[in-house]
Amino acid sequence: MSAVQEALPAVRGSRDATVRRFALTDSIFHGMTRAAAILVLVLLGGVAISLVAGSWQALSTFGFSFLTSESWNPVTEKFGALAPIYGTIITSAIAILIAVPLGIGIAIFLTELCPRPLRRPIGMAVELLAGIPSIIYGIWGLFVLAPFLQTTVQPFIINVFHGVPGLNGLFAGPPYGIGLLTSAMILAIMILPFITSITKDVFDTVPSVLKESAYGIGCTTWEVTRRVVIPYTRIGIMGGVMLALGRALGETMAVTFVIGNAHRISTSLFAPATTISATIANEFTEAVGDLYTSSLVALGLILFVITFLILAIARYMLMRIDARTGA
Amino acid sequence: MSTAASLHQSRKRKNGVMMTLCVVAAGIGLAWLALILGALLYKGLSGLSLSVFTEMTPPPGDAGGLLNAIYGSIVMTIIGIIVGTPIGVLAGTYMAEYGRFSKLTTVVRFINDILLSAPSIIIGLFVYELMVRPMGHFSAIAGAVALAILVIPVVVRTTEDMLNLVPNALREAGTAIGAPRWVVIRSVAYRAALSGIVTGILLAIARISGETAPLLFTALNNQFWSSNLNAPMASLPVTIFQFALSPYEEWQQLAWTGALIITLTVLALSIFARSLTGRREDK
Repeated sequence: MSAVQEALPAVRGSRDATVRRFALTDSIFHGMTRAAAILVLVLLGGVAISLVAGSWQALSTFGFSFLTSESWNPVTEKFGALAPIYGTIITSAIAILIAVPLGIGIAIFLTELCPRPLRRPIGMAVELLAGIPSIIYGIWGLFVLAPFLQTTVQPFIINVFHGVPGLNGLFAGPPYGIGLLTSAMILAIMILPFITSITKDVFDTVPSVLKESAYGIGCTTWEVTRRVVIPYTRIGIMGGVMLALGRALGETMAVTFVIGNAHRISTSLFAPATTISATIANEFTEAVGDLYTSSLVALGLILFVITFLILAIARYMLMRIDARTGA
Repeated sequence: MSTAASLHQSRKRKNGVMMTLCVVAAGIGLAWLALILGALLYKGLSGLSLSVFTEMTPPPGDAGGLLNAIYGSIVMTIIGIIVGTPIGVLAGTYMAEYGRFSKLTTVVRFINDILLSAPSIIIGLFVYELMVRPMGHFSAIAGAVALAILVIPVVVRTTEDMLNLVPNALREAGTAIGAPRWVVIRSVAYRAALSGIVTGILLAIARISGETAPLLFTALNNQFWSSNLNAPMASLPVTIFQFALSPYEEWQQLAWTGALIITLTVLALSIFARSLTGRREDK
């Protein structure tokens, strides 16, 4: 309607002038949208360049040993990234171990078992978990989960595995409450919604003919899920898991609260530790000296490279699933 | 015969066990949400009073409120949205309208998806290198820029998705009456996709209003009232971070109250946003 009104006054004027004006305004608008799209690319490039520039001093001072050294000493200005890298990888790995079975279970529940009227509200409730800011998980983990683990769960586990070789090193006291395992549990809750919603989405792409024929030859629900649905959606599930892993690796505030910020590598999962993002969040504003700041930016660069690779693989896998459903 | 019957029994049993586990998984997910919201209400409500909204953040040991932190959060969120939204909408428009099948769109979509899930602390470091270091001091405007960068990928994604849903027949009708392309986009495509684009903006507000990490070393924090955009500014998430980790009871209480305020705001925004698009899907 308003397009007509736009065009009306123009009709009265010279046709050529109008066409020229239309072409001009259109190419201006076209250029603006194109510039904005290119800006998105520039942003990511800018992030990469600024991280490399900011970390140059640390990387040229320590060289490759930055990746392999465990020492982190602001007084002598000796910095190594091994402890935060270790903490980041261990917490994320445990979080994935906890969250993947739970997330797939919830997705199966939502697609196969849940009564139809309840599907939307339950699915929405799980997705709300993703909307809660990470600082809320942090404060909840520090004041609610950590004391609970410290007083009940951890002493019990330490006692049970006390005499078991191998496991007694993994679950060694004292029970601080905070530490690697607590962080991993919080991370697991935070990434659960991503795994659930992506798994649910790819489960919906399975053609119902496939499922019906499996049910037709007498398969149980579990057998249909295990033998038909999961093999068919394997790439999509892997993509979802990688996406969740990317989130877990970069998660900052929740982990900063409960990790304990200790720059050492301990075999015990109950020990305080640190991650890349928690180290940056805790120390950046207190860092004195250019080398200290530069080392923290170098940590950021390492995190950026790791998450970029993981997220790129995840997106590639999810794009393949999308391409198949689109075809 | 009996082996067939027992096989049938064991398959049924296995099915029962696995399906029970799935129900348990759903129960755990919902219980976790309930536990977190319950703790927030229990600890946060007791500190919720009018003074929270009318008084400044207190020195240790004193009573006070969160006024400067709430003000700072609102100011930086608004600037972030005002800066980030037009860029996001324009980029999404290019991808859906002008360059739907171009190579640039494929690349931008890929990069945008990565920006969407990139760790926000990295964005904080980027803005630190970009603005804080050259300017020589922390400032509210740097915090707002960091938030704007977080807004862009969310808006790009929803704008592109929603414009792609607009039927081509509508655009053809617009073109057929002689309207130039950008008028068709503005008057036809945007209008049809409006509720979806608004949803994206609401989700972006929900996301940045709880962000802490990128503000830690851009806007920093401020114990006092400040409306100077060129100076450090308090924000609710950073104040919560600082107060929760402090040993003072009054500060910890204020942190819980602040956490409750943020969570209720964010959840209300995302439920409202979902209900906007939800109604479209049901039709």
